[in-house]
Amino acid sequence: MADTRPLLDFVEKLKAEKPEAVVEVREALGEVTVIVPREHIVEACRFMKQALDFDMLADLCGVDRGPEEDPRFEVNYHLFSTKHHKRLRLKVLLSEDDPHVTTVTTVWKTANWHERETYDMFGIIFDGHPDLRRILLPSDFDGHPLRKDYPLRGYEPYSLT
Amino acid sequence: MKNVDFREVLDQPLESHMTISMGPQHPSTHGVLRLELVLDGEMIVKATPDIGYLHTGMEKLFEYKKYQQGIVITDRMDYLNPLGNNLAYVMAVEKLLQLEIPERAQVIRVMMCELQRIASHMVWLGTHALDIGAMSMFFYAFRQREKILNLIEAASGGRMTPSYFRIGGLMMDLPAGFEHRVKQFLDEFPEALEQFENLVSKNTLFQARTQGIGYISREDAIDWGLTGPCLRGSGVDLDLRRDNPYSGYETYDFEVPVETGGDVWARFRVRMRELYESHKIVRQALERLKPGPIKADAPKVVLPDRNDMRKHMDALIHHFLIIAEGFNVPPGEVYHAIEASKGELGVYIKSNGGPKPERVHFRGPSFVNLSALPVMAEGEMVADVVAIIGSIDIVLGEVDR
Repeated sequence: MADTRPLLDFVEKLKAEKPEAVVEVREALGEVTVIVPREHIVEACRFMKQALDFDMLADLCGVDRGPEEDPRFEVNYHLFSTKHHKRLRLKVLLSEDDPHVTTVTTVWKTANWHERETYDMFGIIFDGHPDLRRILLPSDFDGHPLRKDYPLRGYEPYSLT
Repeated sequence: MKNVDFREVLDQPLESHMTISMGPQHPSTHGVLRLELVLDGEMIVKATPDIGYLHTGMEKLFEYKKYQQGIVITDRMDYLNPLGNNLAYVMAVEKLLQLEIPERAQVIRVMMCELQRIASHMVWLGTHALDIGAMSMFFYAFRQREKILNLIEAASGGRMTPSYFRIGGLMMDLPAGFEHRVKQFLDEFPEALEQFENLVSKNTLFQARTQGIGYISREDAIDWGLTGPCLRGSGVDLDLRRDNPYSGYETYDFEVPVETGGDVWARFRVRMRELYESHKIVRQALERLKPGPIKADAPKVVLPDRNDMRKHMDALIHHFLIIAEGFNVPPGEVYHAIEASKGELGVYIKSNGGPKPERVHFRGPSFVNLSALPVMAEGEMVADVVAIIGSIDIVLGEVDR
């Protein structure tokens, strides 16, 4: 199992600089997850990028825990550093009534398509995104298919005509 | 025609920009990619990729399938590199289960993955050269790919959809005489590589069409999340096989090719040099191949041997339970990334403890690399777009998932 001490050191630095941005730190299977309140995700990301060399956003993905859970949605930010080759996961929790989070396209340009995909699949709205349209599904598609309450075969057969 | 307001049209009589749609049936977009190009004469002012034509909802499907059934879906994502997809997925599940994989299975995984990387690069080389005008290259490259597909078929039974790697090991051991066939391929391949270098790399027309085209700087490449040969073509020395080693890659001796040009030619050179390194790794893996188990010692997860099922009651019970009910994976979440032929292939799996995953997300390298296409294409000529698309090496099955 990978050694998580260097990762926890990074989290300590983040905590020392921005104590309000760290709610909880989880450590499992050699990976470290930091739960960040949604108001502070952009400054946390910017600090990770500028001060701690996490210069690449490897992945951004949404998770639906199910309609009965609250907070219902998770957004995972998988950071990677091309300098020290470490990975860290930031996580934002969102409730069903207010699935808004500020975009991180201002920090990494690659977040653009990832956020569009997450919006497309879960209906999570990234405030301030320059071009928040559906990306994989047609623009008139009804619903967000990766939500747990969306049926596997859709509500009705989709037709392009 | 009735509804057209002619005054509005006449107000802009000297419109110099033209919008054209390239694809989705254009042969050199490598699948069903549509590009919306705004042109000023022949120069591209704005390029907007439009994707999703191949979207089949694979990530939704994973949530309705047991863990072992998901392997079959991964084959169909990046269909030029299915073994790489298998590896990323099964390693992520193995990480959740904390399984130890036997040495022989790891060596075979590395060997097959590197053969697959060569096959994937052969498709790239053939189509990339074909797009630029070197038509005969396509046949020479596909001849080499055919040999590798025959090897993969001999090992797994499938050419394009092998599903050879299973959770905890391999589907089955290599057939008799397989090592000899790989050795034969390895002996023949350098000659073919030399032929490719003569036909394409030293071709001045090819050089003129690729040098200085589609430039992306080192900072932009990192900012846009490029990985794999596209990133190394911009001068960033990063290879997950060396920097985040998995499946025993740290014990192999290979170089990571890096070019600093940042253009189509640099990305081309990185991939050509990678072919030599993959060749080297396959040869090393072949030398390490020793008899031993190919499946982890975890009877509740790994299917039992067919002969054991005839003799032992518990093997039969385990087989029935794995097939009928699946196996439970401890709750947790994991992100595992490997260096696929096109870049970082990351798999995020969240488990709730049951036999089916709560969420599976694939970070496809093609998807992310394609998002940087406007940066490379804007300011270039429209004829260079096909060269740039070829140099990114996208597979639309993975972009759209």
